[in-house]
Formats: sequence, structure tokens, C-alpha cells
Amino acid sequence: MQNTIKVGMADLNVCVAPDVLTTLGLGSCVGIALYDPSSKISGMAHIMLPDSTQIKNNSNLAKFADTGINELIAQMIKLGANRNKLVAKIAGGAQMFAFTSTNETMRIGDRNVEATIKILNNLKINILAQETGATYGRTIEFYSEDGRLLIKTIGKPNKYI
Amino acid sequence: MSKVNLDDVDSLHMDVLREIGNIGAGNATTALSQMINARIDMGVPQVNLLEFKDLAEIIGGAETPVVGILFSLEGDVSGMMMFMLELKDAHVLVNLLCGGDSGVGDEFTEMDLSALQEIGNIIAGAYLSSLSTLTNLLIISSVPYMSMDMAGAILSVPAIEFGKVGDKALLIESCFGEEDSISGYFILIPELASYDKILNSLGI
Repeated sequence: MQNTIKVGMADLNVCVAPDVLTTLGLGSCVGIALYDPSSKISGMAHIMLPDSTQIKNNSNLAKFADTGINELIAQMIKLGANRNKLVAKIAGGAQMFAFTSTNETMRIGDRNVEATIKILNNLKINILAQETGATYGRTIEFYSEDGRLLIKTIGKPNKYI
Repeated sequence: MSKVNLDDVDSLHMDVLREIGNIGAGNATTALSQMINARIDMGVPQVNLLEFKDLAEIIGGAETPVVGILFSLEGDVSGMMMFMLELKDAHVLVNLLCGGDSGVGDEFTEMDLSALQEIGNIIAGAYLSSLSTLTNLLIISSVPYMSMDMAGAILSVPAIEFGKVGDKALLIESCFGEEDSISGYFILIPELASYDKILNSLGI
């Protein structure tokens, strides 16, 4: 029996095969799917901001790239995943509005992606694929059975990465 | 220390925010009614303080296609304001204004898009000017930025702004129209310091 587990905004979840993790309507947030191919344990986080240390109110770990990824890894290890075998796929980080201003807060999508890549690199987790940036929203589904990440967008064909 | 903590808004603050929403949405509806030259009824706005993961559910799900029109605010109150409506309702509004009969499957023409942007401009302008009059604070809004996409994706922009200060977002929903009732959502995201200014100016 395959269950589809939803991950909301500023939320994370883990599962084992054959379950599917999904997060709907990613905008400037980044969806991070981590996967251990040997145990088929996977996890997904939907982060909103790059860095928990820049924000006072940071009790929700899943809200930030740094604490979100660490918490995701911890929960996956608890389920039995092998830390050294983890690989990643990421999506999201779009710029939803065409601001003319160069204001840093308006580049939040890019900053989320940059932070996510940097943190994964530091943790020596290989990023197998990414579908990031641009100006459109994405719904993503991660299949823990085979590690595929499905990307759905409005007005474009579905795509697996 | 800021007076307002969005994760723990007391009922007085909630009432004030609701009232601001009420007056703002009322003015916005009047402006819209004049623009399309028809009577528009408005329901009592609902003010909701929502957790991020529930935010998109109220619109009808994170994948519902919506139109979002965003303004950045400067002056005494800085932050963002967004007016959002479902794509199907955007078609209804554009049809009322331009006399077409487009539906959800149809592409908007250049003319439609510019009409929508103008609707957003007028609605937001009316909303902000009532807030400005009420509080006696200067609020300058940017030009409108419009985007059409999934509700979750559009909402991520204001949600991220709220996310910097708390774990909840404030959403004001107002319904207008009688038969094919249109729901519009206002999302006002003042910076935390601006909340204090608004409440202070109202003597709270």
C-alpha cells in the first residue's frame, strides 16, 4: 500500500518505500528531498528562509534551510537511514514576482537555493538533480521506491528529475 | 521590545486588525463597484491568523490557480500588501470590466492583464488610503507586480515575510458579489515595527 505524505510550508516529513512524499505549490521556498538508496528511506523538507541564525523567532526547525536539513537527517537516521549514503534532489526557489528593485529580500528564492546547496555541500551530501529558480511555482512528488522526483508546473508537461 | 507578537495576538489586537480589514475592504469594494459601474455586495471580512502549512488550504488548496498582485510599502508603514483572487474569479472581474466572456482555460489578452493590474491598483489604493486615513500614517505603495500561478507559490512570497517574524500569517478574506460571488484576499504584511506604529496611532 503506497501512501502519499504531505509536507506543508515550513514542514518536513520522512518515510520508507513505497511511500511518496509531496509538497504542493512551491514558490520561493525550496523543497529538499533526501534519500538513502540502500534502505529506501527518504525525507522531504519545505524550507522558507536560508538561515535560522539571522532570525530571532527560530523555533520551527523546518522553516530554515540549515536547521531543516539537520532535522531531516536526524529523523531519517532514526528511521534507519545510513547517513553516509544520503543523496539529495532539490526544487523551487522561484522568483514569483518580477520586482524591478534589487532589494535583497526580493531575491529570497535565489538565496534559499544558494543556502541549501551550500549546506548540502558542507554535509558532503551529493545533489543528484535540481530544478530551481525561474519564475513559476512547482508541485513536487518524491518516490522513495526508486528515488525519482516528479515536478509539476502550470502549463508545462510533468517532468522527472 | 515589540508590542506585537503575531503568534500570540490578543483579542483586542485581533479586533483592531479585523476592523482595519473591514474598512479597507469596504473602501476597496466601493472603488471596484465604481470602476465596473455595478452594485457589489460585500460580506463581513474574515480575519484569520494561520499557520503556514494551513495558509493555502483556505484558498482552496495549494495548487489552485490564482492571480496575486503585490505592492511593496514604504513611508511610516513599511512592508508588503497583496491582493489575491482565484483565476476563475479574475476572469469574472475582467469580463465585467471589459465585456468579454473568457473562462479559466482561456489566456488573458494584454488588455485583460492590464485591466487586472489596474483593478489591483485601485483595490489596493483604496485599501491603503483608508488605512492611512484611519491611522494618520503615511503609506506609499509601489507599482503593482502581478503573477499568476499556484496559490501556494504565490503565497510563499508574503509567507516568507511573515516567517521572518513569526510562525503565522494574517489573512483577510472578503467576499464580494451576489450571484457569482467573488472572493478576494487581502494580505497585509507590515514589518513588526510598523504594527506597533499602526496600533499606537490608534491609541492601543
